[in-house]
Amino acid sequence: MAKITYIEHSGAEHVLDVKTGLSVMEGAVKNNIPGIDADCGGACACATCHVYVDEAWKDKVGTPSAMEESMLDFAENVEPNSRLSCQIKVTDELDGLVVRMPESQH
Amino acid sequence: MTDSGAGVVIVGAGHAGGTVAALLRQYGFEGKITLLGEEPIAPYQRPPLSKAWLKGEADAESLALKPLSFYAEAGIELILSAKVTEIHRSAHTVSLADGRVIPYSTLILATGARARSLDIPGVDLAGVLTLRSAADAEALKALLGPGKRLAVIGGGYIGLEAAASARALGADAVVIEREPRILARVACQVLSDFFTDYHRRHGVAFEVNAQVERLEGAGGKVTGVRLADGRVIACDVALIGVGAPPNDELAKDAGLECAGGVVVDEEARTSDPDIFAIGDVSRRPMTHYGRMFRLESVANALEQARLAASAITGRPPAAQEVTWNWSDQYDLKYQFAGVPFDVDDVLVRGDPAAAKFAVFHLKGDVIQAVEAVNAPAEFMAGRQLIGQRRPISRAKLADTAISMKEVAA
Repeated sequence: MAKITYIEHSGAEHVLDVKTGLSVMEGAVKNNIPGIDADCGGACACATCHVYVDEAWKDKVGTPSAMEESMLDFAENVEPNSRLSCQIKVTDELDGLVVRMPESQH
Repeated sequence: MTDSGAGVVIVGAGHAGGTVAALLRQYGFEGKITLLGEEPIAPYQRPPLSKAWLKGEADAESLALKPLSFYAEAGIELILSAKVTEIHRSAHTVSLADGRVIPYSTLILATGARARSLDIPGVDLAGVLTLRSAADAEALKALLGPGKRLAVIGGGYIGLEAAASARALGADAVVIEREPRILARVACQVLSDFFTDYHRRHGVAFEVNAQVERLEGAGGKVTGVRLADGRVIACDVALIGVGAPPNDELAKDAGLECAGGVVVDEEARTSDPDIFAIGDVSRRPMTHYGRMFRLESVANALEQARLAASAITGRPPAAQEVTWNWSDQYDLKYQFAGVPFDVDDVLVRGDPAAAKFAVFHLKGDVIQAVEAVNAPAEFMAGRQLIGQRRPISRAKLADTAISMKEVAA
C-alpha cells in the first residue's frame, strides 16, 4: 500500500491508499477520481492519463520510456515533470506521492 | 408518462455502459442510476481479452472497470444476468426477460455488438469459438497451450491478436482469410504485408483467398477447417473472427431510427430525445469527414459516454475527438487514428522492414487517417493534424529527418 494524493486541476484533493503493483492511473480510475481518463486502460497508447509529478518525487518515480516520452511530446500542456500515470507502478517507496492533473486529457 | 424520479436506466454493462454510469456521478448527477447487464460480471475492459489477458499477463481484477464495491458506494444499482426484452417508449419503461419492468426518465442504450458467426456446417462443434466476452476468452485460453493448434477464421485484429497470443502460449496458429490479404477491410496493403511477414516470422501460417466450407469434427469436437478447394486445415480450436454486427434489435423494435446501428446525433441522442445510444451499437456523425459511421472502439465508447453524461447533466459538449484505436501483437505497438474516407494517396514514413513506420492516408494534402507501428510521434501528431483539417507538406511528411513536431508546425 502507498498513500497517494491526487489533486484535480480545480484543486480538489483525493488521498487514497493504492495497492502495490497497481499503476498510479489505476489507483485513480478504480476509485472514480475525475481528471484521469486512461482511455486505453494502461497500454501507453493514448496519453489521457497525463499527470504532473510533484518535484520532490521526480527521482523516485523514475524516467519515462522512449515510447512514453514520444506520447507525452504531443500531449497538451506538457511540463518537465509530466508523466503518463499508467506507466508509474506503485511501490512502497512511493508512499506519500503527490500528483496533479492537467485541465483536460483531451 | 415520464416519471422524472425514475432516473437514468442504462441497457448494457460493457465498457460504454459502465463508464457512463460512473461519469454521471462524477458530473454530479444525483438521480437514480440503474445499470443492466446481460453478462454475469460487472463492467470490464474487453480489449485485453485477446491481448494481455489471453497471454496470462492480466487478471480479472485488473480487467474490471471499477471494483464491485464501487457500484453500491456510488448509488448505482447494478443488475447482472438481466436481459432487456422490450422498450416501451410511451410508458418510459423497459421489460426484462424475468418479467420485471423498470421505469426510466432517460434511457441509454449501450448494447454493443456481437461476434458474427458463420452459417456453415460444424459451427456447433466443441472447440469452435468466437471472442467477445470474458467467458469466450476463458473458453479459448483453456484450449490453448503447447501442442495445440489454433485455426483463426478471419484475418482481422481479433484474429491476429489471438494468433499472437496463442504463439506466446506455445500453441501453433494458422489464419484463414477469404480476401487476398489480411486486414483487408480495416488497413492498407502496406500494413497487411507488414503484419503478414511479422506473424510468419513468429510462426503463424496464413491461408488467403480461402473460402471456408465447413468445420470437420470427431466425437463432437472440432478437428479441422475444410476449405472450398477440398483441403482440410487441422486444428484443435477454431476461432471465428469475422466481424461484429450491432445489437440494435431493441431499438428497431421500439421504432428508433436505425441504419446499421442506432442513429444518433452529436450528443449521442437517438431519434427519441429521452433515449441515448453509445458505443459499438450507435451510428454517429463524424464531423471531421461530414458523414455518419459506426465505430467499434473503446475510444468511441468512452467519447460517447462523456457526450451522453454531459448532455444529461447539462455540461457543454466537448469538441469531437479524432477517432483512434490500437492493437498489441508481439512487441508491436500499433496505433491508428481517423478513418481513410475518400483517400487519393498513401504515404509511408519510416521503414516497415525496421518495424517502425507510419502510413498516412491523404486526400489531397489533408491527412484523413494514420496507421503507426512503433511510431507514437507519428500517431499523436497525425491525430492532431487529422483534427485540424489543414494541408501539410508531403515532402516533409515523407522525410524522417524532419521531426513530426516540425511537420505539424
